[in-house]
Amino acid sequence: MGNSSSLLTQYDLEDLQNHCSHLYSQREIIALYERFCQLDRTGKGFISADEFMGVPEFAVNPLCQRLLKMLEGLNFKEFIALLSAFSARATRDDKLKFIFRVYDTDGNGKVTSSDMLQVLRDLSGSFLTDEQRQSVLTQALEQSGYTVDSALTLQDFKKVLGKADLKMDVEVPVD
Amino acid sequence: MDGEVVSTASADGGSDEVGRSISHEVVGDFLDANVEEEEDSSVAYLDNKMQLRDLLDISQVLSEAGSAIIDDSFTRCFKSNAPEPWNWNIYLFPLWALGVVFRYFVLFPIRAILLALGWVIFLGLFFPLHMALKNHDHTRRQIERGLVEFICSVFVASWTGVIRYHGPRPSRRPKQVFVANHTSMIDFVILEQMTAFAVIMQKHPGWVGFLQTTVLESLGCIWFNRTEANDRHAVALKLKKHIEDPDANPLLIFPEGTCVNNEYTVMFKKGAFELDCTVCPIAIKYNKIFVDAFWNSKKQSFTMHLMRLMTSWAVVCDVWYLEPQTIKPGETPIEFSERVRDLICLRAGIKKVPWDGYLKYHRPSPKLTEKKQQNFSEAVIRRLQSRNEGQ
Repeated sequence: MGNSSSLLTQYDLEDLQNHCSHLYSQREIIALYERFCQLDRTGKGFISADEFMGVPEFAVNPLCQRLLKMLEGLNFKEFIALLSAFSARATRDDKLKFIFRVYDTDGNGKVTSSDMLQVLRDLSGSFLTDEQRQSVLTQALEQSGYTVDSALTLQDFKKVLGKADLKMDVEVPVD
Repeated sequence: MDGEVVSTASADGGSDEVGRSISHEVVGDFLDANVEEEEDSSVAYLDNKMQLRDLLDISQVLSEAGSAIIDDSFTRCFKSNAPEPWNWNIYLFPLWALGVVFRYFVLFPIRAILLALGWVIFLGLFFPLHMALKNHDHTRRQIERGLVEFICSVFVASWTGVIRYHGPRPSRRPKQVFVANHTSMIDFVILEQMTAFAVIMQKHPGWVGFLQTTVLESLGCIWFNRTEANDRHAVALKLKKHIEDPDANPLLIFPEGTCVNNEYTVMFKKGAFELDCTVCPIAIKYNKIFVDAFWNSKKQSFTMHLMRLMTSWAVVCDVWYLEPQTIKPGETPIEFSERVRDLICLRAGIKKVPWDGYLKYHRPSPKLTEKKQQNFSEAVIRRLQSRNEGQ
């Protein structure tokens, strides 16, 4: 395991860096590769949903099922490309795009109020009623000049979250 | 194959206990921090209303998930440490190669012979004496105790164990229980060579299982199956009986319930701490200079683990017998177990993580997710109310 980094050649690393738009350094990619191999217990080249859920810190996350759909079965290239939104080098736009993808489950480029309600449901579970969720969302949408029927595009998303203080930097431990 | 020397939990069933202290530790801290942040921001927007921006901003939750994927404290507990490569140097390599030859072709055979001889002597005496002294319980126990200590020291010698024991040796008396951090089944051997403990362990298959049912039985060891709730109950009863008996061997429990890599400790099961008796902590720290003593039971059988130890130069280890602790008035067994864990961590220089080691076998309880959802919901409701009041 300790030598898994030696399986990556310089070419691989450069290729991988291009793949994640240079948001990760080579050292970080090596660390992520070791992590990937560690999570992929049986060495099949991707991480199964079950293996992700074997990480308790992930399994307790309210959004884990939603994220699983994005993460499950990715190969290493796709894996780092997806995770690169968490890099400190990623721009605000990269991060917003990632958040948008989490909302936009059908991938049609539009986030409808039912998409938003579903995320709210994941986040609040049984502690808010459907009516409460609905009314919170309606109020918030109307305040920003949208209605329940409007679908938010990535542009809208950027406008709405424009000033939000995104806390999405995750450091990759390199030794 | 899995199965190590494990502790029992109390009889209250597993799933409830899984993640018990997570909720009031990491997650607790974390949520507290979250709530504070929420409150801060709600102060900022106090006269404002629930903004769409705040509702849509899930970056905090996402980054938690991201950090869990990139690096999580639970997986780190069970990671075997790769040996530091030091030999890739033209001057050192021949020396290292010589060392390999010596270790595998000189040291290992000598140790194997020693171990075999030890077993012959041990088994040759144990079973005849066991039969012959059937009616002399006291003498028989004493002799068997000595024999088990002997075979354990043969084991330790077979890996050239360099073990330093610090602090007073355990004595036999009722109403006390010893708890130690757990790295490998060799912990048990190392402690056993000094004092014959009765230990609580997971049922094992193979030759280890055979020893359990024959030899270790005579020490008063108690074993059970981690996954069976009925066993837990039976064990709790046996435990109670054992600690009342003044002639019984001192009881040793590994409250983590699973092997951890000696860099971290996972949550202690509360079973050992609610027996209403003195808890004597033992801290064990291995020096990884020659070999990593962590038994990664999912990757390696115990026999292979022993082989690895027997082909290394030496197993270097420190054992500290710490000051006995009793539960303080008003302290819950869980708080007590955390206090003892702190003592062990401090002495052995290992880090604490708030996870239950049994999460290797089950999923965390949904209660933890629910706690996060509750916090989120409460923050939303607070905002709603402040909005309604504002109107």
